[in-house]
Amino acid sequence: MAQVSLKNIRKVYPNGAEALTPSSFDIGDGEFVVLVGPSGCGKSTLLRMVAGLEEITEGELTINGRVMNDVDPADRDIAMVFQNYALYPHMTVRKNIAYGLKNRKTPKHVIEQKVAEAAAMLNLNEYLDRKPSQLSGGQRQRVAMGRAIVRDPALFLFDEPLSNLDAKLRNQMRIEIKALQRRLGVTSIYVTHDQVEAMTMADRIIVMNAGRIEQIGTPAEIYHRPASTFVASFMGAPPMNLVQARLDGGRVMINGDTVLGAAEGSGAVTVGIRPEDVVLAADGGLLFHVDLVEELGAHRLLHGRLGDQEFTIHVGKDIEAIPGEVRVALKADAINLFHPETGKAL
Amino acid sequence: MTEANAGAIDRTTTAAPRRKRRIRWSAVVDHAVLIVGSLFMMLPLLMVLQMTTVPDVEVIKTGPSLTIGDQLPVNFEKAMFEASGFSGQNTGLNMLKNSFILGIGFALGKILIGMMAAYAIVYFRMRFASLAFWVIFTTLLLPLEVRILPSYEVVQKLGMLNTYQGLIIPLIASATATFFFRQFFRSVPEELVEAARIDGAGPVKFFIDILVPLSRTMIAAMFIIMFVYGWNQYLWPTMITTEEDMFTLVRGIKQITQVLEGNRIPEYGRANLLAIIAIIPPVLVVIFFQNWFVKGLTESDK
Repeated sequence: MAQVSLKNIRKVYPNGAEALTPSSFDIGDGEFVVLVGPSGCGKSTLLRMVAGLEEITEGELTINGRVMNDVDPADRDIAMVFQNYALYPHMTVRKNIAYGLKNRKTPKHVIEQKVAEAAAMLNLNEYLDRKPSQLSGGQRQRVAMGRAIVRDPALFLFDEPLSNLDAKLRNQMRIEIKALQRRLGVTSIYVTHDQVEAMTMADRIIVMNAGRIEQIGTPAEIYHRPASTFVASFMGAPPMNLVQARLDGGRVMINGDTVLGAAEGSGAVTVGIRPEDVVLAADGGLLFHVDLVEELGAHRLLHGRLGDQEFTIHVGKDIEAIPGEVRVALKADAINLFHPETGKAL
Repeated sequence: MTEANAGAIDRTTTAAPRRKRRIRWSAVVDHAVLIVGSLFMMLPLLMVLQMTTVPDVEVIKTGPSLTIGDQLPVNFEKAMFEASGFSGQNTGLNMLKNSFILGIGFALGKILIGMMAAYAIVYFRMRFASLAFWVIFTTLLLPLEVRILPSYEVVQKLGMLNTYQGLIIPLIASATATFFFRQFFRSVPEELVEAARIDGAGPVKFFIDILVPLSRTMIAAMFIIMFVYGWNQYLWPTMITTEEDMFTLVRGIKQITQVLEGNRIPEYGRANLLAIIAIIPPVLVVIFFQNWFVKGLTESDK
């Protein structure tokens, strides 16, 4: 169990590229934090700095109050699960799991017991004497998990552990990892580019973009109250609708129709609204031209245009939809306003 | 008559289906080429083998022939256990031992040095690591023959003439092995290093626990190449060993045919048999390790 604290952590590569602008956040005991962002946003770099695999250019990293900047990865009391599992190909599953303990001069009977426990927890018992090449992707991932578990670390680090698995297995492993983390209560940092993984697994999400932290918050906060247009469009599938609007006399207007009655300021503004927060209106509301109906079984997505801006709405499966013109209304409390240029939430 | 004909047909065509088996002429030609080729390659060996079975006088008189004599055991006895030269110490057995020490020491030394050099170049953030590599690589342009005088002088000044160290050490720095291991190490996924670091394996442990076992097919492949290369060294052992008990097989054979005490006929049978014996270990190494050899150079089990 551990508290992790990052204070103005910065990473500059020797070639001068800044992979991470000074970033700070704290992770509480037993918390599951997901770092999410597009590739190249610095999330893996951040994780690897916590692991000690990358040097920290500036700032201070503490785990349980102890400054870790210059501590060897082996001594940080962490365990890491890698994207391609990083199992030792020439060792059996048993040896793979035990290797870290062996290096720590753990007594043999303790190692045996811990390996047995981990194997039971992960349903690996019958595979202990196999080599990684004889296992499926999901099993390999479990072995990697086992290797992390036996160490009883203060902190789990996951570097996109599920991205090499197929969709079905990914869903299953997602649940397994989350359940395991709950059960063990180990503080975890999980890196992914998949926003579904982030939403479903996290206690708290850290959204990153271009080496900066865009927003830190619970999945609900991130989803409903994004701090920027980047977060709004990155999280959620389909993403939040972003529509150029005008703010005039306390009212927000899209194409001349008022969508929100009480707002401060004036001038151009970007309106963000989740597709499911748009309802079909019998009359009044905005004119929405449906170009395409996407059938998803449980619900339908209507893609089209609001005036000349792209827009998507989400309707239940019992609502018939055909391309054409419909009237829609936006739920006032679900509307997010963003600065038209900086993209920051207002 | 008819019965005999039928029998003949039965024998020639395959029993049940009376269809004529088609002869694939391309296969016949392929095999013919291969058979002729291997006969061509084997002919000198067979000639040498034949000459070890007849008395030396026969060799002088008739040269290679089809006669198979009864001298093989005698020649074997002489080749393996009888000393040639003056000191009485360079028996075939002794030369065989020296050759093995040279071949194995040479191969293991090259592998060890090459692996460690590649390990340093690939895994450690050294300044000028790639420069170091290319400097090592350019030594391919400086084979022993080019630097033989300075090498000899160094060995001589170090007092290593007529020693195994002197035979082996000056030869074990290997650009080839370094190059192969470097390529191999670069293909080992980086995550393995990182996982090992987190698992508490330091540089030495990582090398021994992870990298060496991963490279075992590569090591086997290198061992074959280097063993045969070391075994066949001629020039360097000739320079370094002046005492007869240090002679290797390849170097010692020649001496036998050279010994002309009075008007004696050179011991062709003995020398030829030694040549055959000198061929056997490399052949065995290749046969036993060829599986690993192919694996090491083609397969990657990472």
